[in-house]
Amino acid sequence: MTTTTKRNTGFLLAFLAVALVLAGVVSYFADPNPDGLDHATQTGCQVVTSDQGESLQGTCIAQNAKAHPLAGSPLADYAVDGNESTTGLAGVIGVVVTVTLAGGLFWLLRRRPTT
Amino acid sequence: MTTSVAMHMSDGLIDTKTSVIFIGVAVVGVAFAAARARNDLDDRTAPMAGLVAAFVFATQMLNFPVLSGVSGHLLGGALASILVGPWVGALCVSIVLVVQALVFSDGGLTALGANITNMALIGTAAGFLVATALKRFAASKPGLIAVAFVAALVNTVVASLGFVLEYAIGGDPQFLGGVTTTIVGVHVLIGIGEGVITALTVGAVAATRPDLVYLLRGTRRPLELREESPA
Repeated sequence: MTTTTKRNTGFLLAFLAVALVLAGVVSYFADPNPDGLDHATQTGCQVVTSDQGESLQGTCIAQNAKAHPLAGSPLADYAVDGNESTTGLAGVIGVVVTVTLAGGLFWLLRRRPTT
Repeated sequence: MTTSVAMHMSDGLIDTKTSVIFIGVAVVGVAFAAARARNDLDDRTAPMAGLVAAFVFATQMLNFPVLSGVSGHLLGGALASILVGPWVGALCVSIVLVVQALVFSDGGLTALGANITNMALIGTAAGFLVATALKRFAASKPGLIAVAFVAALVNTVVASLGFVLEYAIGGDPQFLGGVTTTIVGVHVLIGIGEGVITALTVGAVAATRPDLVYLLRGTRRPLELREESPA
């Protein structure tokens, strides 16, 4: 391994570690309020929480939103089986899936040195 | 229905015809980006690009407060394009959106085309065009940080205009005026947060590995002459 390769690997590992800490730990401190898009689509409605879950009362764009077709999937809403205390684990899985998928795709797309 | 964790457009906000149009836009845009991205990917930059995608995924989870009861999160197009170029950057954000929609039920499936169009294509293009236009200021470290901030701010606001465009075509006209004002106004604030995160990240990468910052390619800085191989 050349010095340059070692330096490169070290940097990439550090970058990965930062992403894992952000998704795995810092994510617990994220603001749970609706983001700008959701806020805009919910303007005119009030979110009412009942035994059936959350519903929107009033008149707003978000009332047209359909439930996600994969809403019951194991990692839906960044939690393992809907357990909100597992957000960090879901985040770590997300980072691993994304780096594998994206890294794999970019590795296949890359230019090879012509010999 | 949990409304608090969703971050992107759900299905049903715009009509089916418009959703299909923007699926088409997204497919063409991503295919074009993939064809051009090849040129920017080699043994050294491909792993970096994979990590940039993972970093954007992680950072999108970190909603920060912008107003009372309203949060925002990074979109990542300017960040990714400054680090790995506009074509690879657009692919990074697209991959994040696909993973979010398929694995985390975040962002609808028919709305995936619109979400990719807004955040991965329009936002990234706007952010990178601004960064390129301001490139001459990026030679110094404070300059680069300022350029990253401005590019990211514009990226966020322009991405939100993408939603306005889609809603104008395929939404309910009675809401268009109100949603335009709200969404653009909030995204100016979110853009400031996006600007800060982008500036910090680009600054940190540039401090350790300026050779891995796409925007700095071709800018000569005396301390880095040894990086350039003779052949």
